[in-house]
Amino acid sequence: MANVSLEKVGKTYGRHQVISDFSITLRDGECFTFLGPSGCGKTVILRLIAGFEHLTTGEIFIGDRLVSSVEKGVHIPPEARKIGVVFQDYAVWPHKTVYENVVYPLQMQKIPAAEAKKRTMAAVEQVNLGSLENRLPFQLSGGQQQRVALARALVSRPEIMLLDEPLSNLDANLREEMRFEITALQKQTGVTILYVTHDQEVALAISDRIAIMDKMGRVRQVGPPDEIYENPSDPFVFKFMGISNFIPLDWRDGRVFVGESDSPLAYPIPADVLDRIRRHELIAGCRPYDIELTHDDSSPTRGTIRRVIYLGSIIDYRVALGMQEIRVQQDVRDAGQGGIPFRDGDPVGLNFLHLKWFENRGLTEEVES
Amino acid sequence: MIRKLFGNFGIAEILLAVSVLILVIVVAVPVLLILWTALFVDGSLNTRDILKVLSQPETYEALKNSLIIAAGVTFFSTIIGVFFAWLVSRTDLPLKETMKVLFLVPFMLPSFIGALAWKMLLSPRAGYINKYLSDLFGLDGSLFNIYSLSGIIAVETMYLFPFVFIQVAGALERMDPTLEESARISGAGLLTITRKITLPLMTPSIAAGALLVALYSLAHFGVPAILGTERGIYNIPTKIYEQIYQSGGSFVAIRTGTILSSILVIAAGLILYIQNLVLKAGRFQVIAGKSMRPLLLKLRGLKIPLLLFSILYIFITVILPTVTIFLVGSLKTYGVSFTLENMSLTNLKYILFQWKMTKDAIWNSLYLSLGAAFVTMIVGTLISYTIVKIKVRGRFILEFLGLLPFSVPGTVIAIGVILMWSGKFGINLYNTAWIIFIAYIARYMAFSLKSNSAALEQVSDSLEEAARACGATHWQSLKDIVIPLIKPGMVAAFFLIFLPALRELTTSILLYGPTTRTIGVAIYALNEDGETVYAATLASVALVIIIVGQLAIKRITRSRIKGI
Amino acid sequence: MTMSHVKLQDVTKRFGPVVAVNRLSIEISQGECFSMLGPSGCGKTTTLRMVAGFEDLDEGEISVGGKIFSSSFKKYYLPPEKRDFGMVFQAFAVWPHLNVYNNVAFPLQIRKMPKAEIEERTRRAITYTGLSECAETYPNELSGGQKQRIALARAIAINPTVMLLDEPLSNLDPKLREEMRFEIKDLQRKFGFTILYVTHDQAEAMALSDRILVMSEGNVQQIDTPLNIYHKPANKFVFSFIGLSNFLPVEIADSAVYIEGQHDAGPLNVELPPRTLERRLILATRPFEIDIIREGGVRGTVKRVTYLGDVIDYRVMVGNVEVRIQKNRIKEILREGQRCGLKFNRILWYEHQP
Repeated sequence: MANVSLEKVGKTYGRHQVISDFSITLRDGECFTFLGPSGCGKTVILRLIAGFEHLTTGEIFIGDRLVSSVEKGVHIPPEARKIGVVFQDYAVWPHKTVYENVVYPLQMQKIPAAEAKKRTMAAVEQVNLGSLENRLPFQLSGGQQQRVALARALVSRPEIMLLDEPLSNLDANLREEMRFEITALQKQTGVTILYVTHDQEVALAISDRIAIMDKMGRVRQVGPPDEIYENPSDPFVFKFMGISNFIPLDWRDGRVFVGESDSPLAYPIPADVLDRIRRHELIAGCRPYDIELTHDDSSPTRGTIRRVIYLGSIIDYRVALGMQEIRVQQDVRDAGQGGIPFRDGDPVGLNFLHLKWFENRGLTEEVES
Repeated sequence: MIRKLFGNFGIAEILLAVSVLILVIVVAVPVLLILWTALFVDGSLNTRDILKVLSQPETYEALKNSLIIAAGVTFFSTIIGVFFAWLVSRTDLPLKETMKVLFLVPFMLPSFIGALAWKMLLSPRAGYINKYLSDLFGLDGSLFNIYSLSGIIAVETMYLFPFVFIQVAGALERMDPTLEESARISGAGLLTITRKITLPLMTPSIAAGALLVALYSLAHFGVPAILGTERGIYNIPTKIYEQIYQSGGSFVAIRTGTILSSILVIAAGLILYIQNLVLKAGRFQVIAGKSMRPLLLKLRGLKIPLLLFSILYIFITVILPTVTIFLVGSLKTYGVSFTLENMSLTNLKYILFQWKMTKDAIWNSLYLSLGAAFVTMIVGTLISYTIVKIKVRGRFILEFLGLLPFSVPGTVIAIGVILMWSGKFGINLYNTAWIIFIAYIARYMAFSLKSNSAALEQVSDSLEEAARACGATHWQSLKDIVIPLIKPGMVAAFFLIFLPALRELTTSILLYGPTTRTIGVAIYALNEDGETVYAATLASVALVIIIVGQLAIKRITRSRIKGI
Repeated sequence: MTMSHVKLQDVTKRFGPVVAVNRLSIEISQGECFSMLGPSGCGKTTTLRMVAGFEDLDEGEISVGGKIFSSSFKKYYLPPEKRDFGMVFQAFAVWPHLNVYNNVAFPLQIRKMPKAEIEERTRRAITYTGLSECAETYPNELSGGQKQRIALARAIAINPTVMLLDEPLSNLDPKLREEMRFEIKDLQRKFGFTILYVTHDQAEAMALSDRILVMSEGNVQQIDTPLNIYHKPANKFVFSFIGLSNFLPVEIADSAVYIEGQHDAGPLNVELPPRTLERRLILATRPFEIDIIREGGVRGTVKRVTYLGDVIDYRVMVGNVEVRIQKNRIKEILREGQRCGLKFNRILWYEHQP
């Protein structure tokens, strides 16, 4: 069980610089997730820590051991790093049985046969593959193969576990189950986990801390799941973590208006935020379920219903507000209490329950980059 | 310490260096030497000899014949190959699975043995069929003359069309059926679909098959040698042989051979270039993910006639010649009728157990082809691994070098090998078995590379990386993970080389010495000397060995698939 | 009564001993968007292929606009090329050797329409699907979403009255899937054709359809509007397929409903089931329809809390029965190990089928 520390790490492929000046420390025993869109460099970081790739610049420590350093000319190969890795495609060896797959790391460590067998069977039991140790991978389902990979990664009692999108090839139900098993295993063994994914739901569910990365390889925010979700540092993070609406703001006649519309914004805005709105520095972010819709005139903010979709327990609306369309979601039960449901073309009042303030730095660049 | 010695060189760089070295010595140098010898004499550009050779009418004649034969064979092979592929994959022809296997049989028979058989059947005057027909219809002359360009084209087509058949049948079977279904729902009937959708999408496969046929035919020695030389019809390989043979292996003749070889290489290069153009026009991904049944044409009334036609085709091209070889091989004297009294096993016993020449030939072929297959398999695996798995700059050199022999005709390799290993660099292997051995390795390396590369590409990187993460060194992961998984590919490579090497003629005809005849050379020599019966007997032995070998492959590759 | 546009009557299809589609009868009205929803292997694709004509039915009759296309009674079968459908396949089935324009124009060219008309219709279809800028491009240079638009354009080029869509969005990434749903709906609004749609994604079916047919193992489970299917599922299968679910075994005692074997936890705040349901009963409810309260209710302990951003997922153990609850995160968050009570708001009763 160790911490992992990256200092000024950089990686360049040919002329393409994927990561640069990247520094971060993963604490001993935590589950740390790198979350970001494909191509952001999160997998490269995992591979650098594992030793499958060489650093272009910087240093990596596992525990207090220097495993990679460009200046000092150090590169400890993967087999000597005491890691466990679970790959996206499981990488379970098709010509070996479950038992042979899982016992392999112990054979490499030259553990005596009797103890190796004991530990292997324990690992197999731990992932609920008890009676299947003599099966070959092609006889197992996707989820079972993934468990073999997990057992194999854990059996050698590594200092850190690296998981590269291990759940993306599984169906929704199985993904949920395996998420829980990974968390449970981590609690039992106390191993430090580095998890890499583009799925924010998984990241929120299992992580102690999340680092969100953008397509340029920059870390936008690091923090525990609820903080990332509740207090996103910028529009990119906000948009990445879930369905989002961005509402432009205007200051006219001493009031805040929804940008390019006649609808004033009725919302308790603190004084310092008001100042910044006056200087055209801010834009508002809002989640679909943080907006209330009303039939009556109670809200000065007016819009028009463009589309209503019933999704079972949720109703999804597209509402035209000013020059744009925003998404509003309502619990079916709450909607019922409001009386008559809305239909396409209905005029509607909007109440914002919770807004987040972001700097208005040319939104597209913020969000797309 | 080793790290200090090699500085930044790891296992990757070493593998690359070794691979390049092997390929350069085995493949690149011989080919370059040919060009060098053709162009330069004593260090200066030798245009005079080049022009002399090029301006000879014989050269034009040979080149013209080569092109006509290659064009004719490609044309007819493509038509027959596509027709049968379509018949077997897209219609409700009965006994399809059997027919698929039967259409591949011509592949297994050496075409020069086929030529031998057809010579026995259709040579004017002496040919059995001709004699029979002349008697039947009371004709003066004979109906068919196999000693002609058309005879050569016909015989080569018979044994080369499977190249096209395999490519097209395979592509048709793997094609995404929704491509045709969407055409159907758009209103197109079956013929329109075939014309506008299926055939255009098949173009890459057809081109690939046709290319193989064209290259093979261009470089082929056996059939033109048996059916053409008697009447003075030469193509380039037979011309080269004639020059060298007539002059007893003089250097002048060899140099002439290099000039002619260069023409051959240029022609092959042109064909490759044309194919590249065709392929570039459409890089199609047509392979399906889910398996659904493709659209089948209902043949209705034509079902039985087409089936009979196919069977008849197999009969004429496969069974008839094979049976002829076996029967003639048991005759006491050539030309007599096939009655039980006229046949015996004496010939067989003679060539197998008594005659030194044939015994040696069989033995030579066996150990040369087994040895070459084994070495090529191992070296090929090493080099394939370097090409596919090692992420080192410069591996495209390896790819290029490895695939070079594919397009270099066997004759050219033979000459190149002669030039390189006849004392030039201090080693003289001429007239020994070693020179043939090296030539085989050069010739068949490309097959091994292709087969092993395909197998290696199936082994995803993560499987090796997982092993590394489990504590295995690079070597250990090779041993424990990669090799077990590519074993089927390696075995396939072995047989892919062993069988063709066993029965080949084109290369060894230029390299053999008095004690290093191969089976192919022996059969050819016997035929040349007029010993038709013994030629047939030895040919039947060759056929038996080949058939046994093919069955062995089937058995071994089938059991491998189960394990994985 | 308006004549139905697409009509299937007792359609049956067997593959060997397996009955893939069992006596299916549907009537689809003109302009309706009708989905067939179910797990893989349930027979929905086979049904679509029978309507398209790629498979022939064993029994029954299929007719469109009053015209019979397949009938076992009358021994009639019209081949697909004569059925004038527009069809979109899961793997796009766009021809790689033809550019976008020629792909879309193909069905028009087959019908030997005059050149000017082909040009006009093709251009229109390409414009409506947003492909005007890549009319000369070849499919292999385009993304999955664009390829699917080519397939759509090609299907609408002939102005079909019926469009058949076989899981057209499964191969696209989630964001694109949502976008293309609306595009398909917009096209339907513009052109007015009837849609027969096959999918295994219930969110997709709910968002797109006027009516849904839920299928399992060749049999019809329910045909109804999306909302009715969600709120009044005909059986357990439909209930669990259409959304997250809890199935709680219950027993009746002292005129109250208890979770089976968990009397100590206290009674549920639900009405007794109708007397007509005699056998063992299952209480079905959605995770969103359960409230977590401090005092009262059915007592349990929070076993697991999963933070999913906008939603918190709870697993609450009532004795050894696990109940799944999902709550919007605005409401208070509980901790693992905390005691709590459950209040049920909307439930359905099903008979326990072993």
